[in-house]
Amino acid sequence: MAGSVFIARRAGTAWSYALLILVALIFLIPIVFMVMSSFKPDQQLLSDSGSIRAFLPVGDLSLQNYVGAFERVPVALFVFNSVFVTAVTVVLSLLVCSLAGFSLAFLNWFGRDTVLAVIIATLIVPFETIAIPLLLMVAKLPWISTHGFEVGWLNTYHVQIIPWVADGLTVFLFVQYFRDLPRDLLEAARIDGASWWQVYRMVIMPLSGPVLATAAILKCLAMYNQYLWPLMVTQAEAYRPLMVGLQYFFQLNIAWGQVMAYLCIVSVPIIVLYLVLQRAFITSIASTGIKG
Amino acid sequence: MDDSLTARREERMKRLLLATAIVAAALMNSSSFAATELTMWYHGAGGDAGLNPEERNGVLSVIDEFNSSQSDWVVKLESFPRAVYNDSVTAAALAGNLPDILDVDGPNMPNWAWSGYMQPLPLTDEDIANFLPGPIGKWQGKLYSIGLWDSAVAIFARKSILDEFGIRIPTLDQPWTGDEFNAALESLKASGKFEYPIDMGTAWTGEWYPYAFSPFLQSFGGDIVDRTTYKTAQNVLNGPEAIAFGEWWQNLFTSKLAPGTSQDPGDRATGFIEGKYALSWNGNWQALPAVEKFGDDLLFLPAPDFGHGSKIGAASWQFGISSTSKHPDGAAAFIKFAIQDKFLVRFSDLGGFIPARKTAAEQSVNYKPGAPLEVFFGLSEKQGFVRPVTPGYVVDARVFEKAVADIANGADVVDTLDAAADEIDADIERNNGYGF
Repeated sequence: MAGSVFIARRAGTAWSYALLILVALIFLIPIVFMVMSSFKPDQQLLSDSGSIRAFLPVGDLSLQNYVGAFERVPVALFVFNSVFVTAVTVVLSLLVCSLAGFSLAFLNWFGRDTVLAVIIATLIVPFETIAIPLLLMVAKLPWISTHGFEVGWLNTYHVQIIPWVADGLTVFLFVQYFRDLPRDLLEAARIDGASWWQVYRMVIMPLSGPVLATAAILKCLAMYNQYLWPLMVTQAEAYRPLMVGLQYFFQLNIAWGQVMAYLCIVSVPIIVLYLVLQRAFITSIASTGIKG
Repeated sequence: MDDSLTARREERMKRLLLATAIVAAALMNSSSFAATELTMWYHGAGGDAGLNPEERNGVLSVIDEFNSSQSDWVVKLESFPRAVYNDSVTAAALAGNLPDILDVDGPNMPNWAWSGYMQPLPLTDEDIANFLPGPIGKWQGKLYSIGLWDSAVAIFARKSILDEFGIRIPTLDQPWTGDEFNAALESLKASGKFEYPIDMGTAWTGEWYPYAFSPFLQSFGGDIVDRTTYKTAQNVLNGPEAIAFGEWWQNLFTSKLAPGTSQDPGDRATGFIEGKYALSWNGNWQALPAVEKFGDDLLFLPAPDFGHGSKIGAASWQFGISSTSKHPDGAAAFIKFAIQDKFLVRFSDLGGFIPARKTAAEQSVNYKPGAPLEVFFGLSEKQGFVRPVTPGYVVDARVFEKAVADIANGADVVDTLDAAADEIDADIERNNGYGF
């Protein structure tokens, strides 16, 4: 009896692992294809693509595609632009959205629920519908830079950052997370004489690691993958991000090997970030129910 | 005492005047006498430029020489990836941020002029004398853009193969008829020596389709849109001639005379050179590698005549002035500088482009009399046929591309062409006739 239960459990575990391996392969296979293809010349890459060879390090392998990608595109500049814009936006977004979430979760003020409903409603508005009005607006906005007073934000870093600092999803994430925190902590701090700012800074934020990680990763992915908006607002190469740079390869004859090499380079920062924040990200997903 | 005070005051006044003069001189130097910056946008980021990496180097060298040839203007280049260039220009036009000088694909120019992105180009007839017709970008009787080069398409073939199968070698004056062309394809197929008798380049998408394939439609007697009014595509894109074209086109693929739309891009690049295809419908920008491979055995044959003349596409990328340029005189000075023969020759020698002016062609390595690509200049001159000169072309081109791809993939010819004509008409109606 005990033996059959043991065998049934082992079989169940084996099935679970088989299923997990299958699911993992679905996600891993495109990455393996990308990495392997980045070392192959175009002709071989295309001929291998119809067989298992596409996923194997076979044939004429070299770093030539990486050399070609660096020659064709100012990779270092584009990596810097993307990382800089993403990092600044994420930091500002975490600050602004967490403050908004704090206010919406803990403070009592007139119209709070309506404002929250409006913020959540913005989630269903696709960016494409507001892209042109936003473009017309930022083209006329004033700015003070080292060159003095200027009109128009085009061809700058801030035009890629400021419109993305506040967004409905991040605010909603913070509101949901804050509402699940024990209110006793907040009330105890207030009774001890802490100001709202002190409560936010010294009580709530130290407890918000998981939601900060989740919001940071989601925001980071969204910003790192930005394409349409930078395409519209950065006519100067000096400000272009990585995803616009991908278009440099799509000429009449597409350099597929170089595309794969470029994509490998592009993927590195985001994979590193995920590995660093992995534990907090999974904790937050488990606690907020967000499936990413 | 008074004297010394007066002397000190005079000294101070002198110093003040001197300082004022120095500051004024510095200001004059930095403002009145500084060269005015002209911004120029170009579609060549990524090195390839869609045609040849040397195209971008040629543009840069023209700019360098212009900047050092005078002190009034400095042209500053901003390059865009070809795939997103048109979208970038459209976004910039919306935001009021266009540069002074634009480069524009010839058939798109009427749309940009109609949309108010460009202003007429103040060049005289003398400036553009002896130019091929393709590089001259005119719309509604006004010159808006001018190209430094043109492109042409020919049938790449090998004399030894045509001789082997007893196929007549066509000439500009006596091209193949449609029947001769079809018979040649059948002979080559029957030999079993090639994967396909001809490669049409279906692996290339986008503008290649209307550029390379609409001349066949026009040779049959049809067209993408009715050029007499530019208000409809009915009876030209779906008339009897167009249906005959569609049936011929579909037969190329159903009879395995040419690889279909799923053609491997690698085969498109090297299939003819490797001997997979006996013939290749290809552009002059791909000619030099074939010349290197086959030498004197290589032939560039004119397009077949399906009843209404042999036709090939004309007009490549051209330069114009944006409507918002504050310095159209400077922009025009640059463009006028750039169309000198020496630059047309340089572009041609660097990248194999067809010089836009006959006098330049005669000096170029590849197109002078007796040179390996000379025939392409004649093809451009005699067979070059610009795509419909209408702002609606940008839509017409995509509709045509989809229609011919669908027909190649087996769609019903009549239904597909009817739908395409209806779609083009609907677009013309939505845009109030595009000013026609």
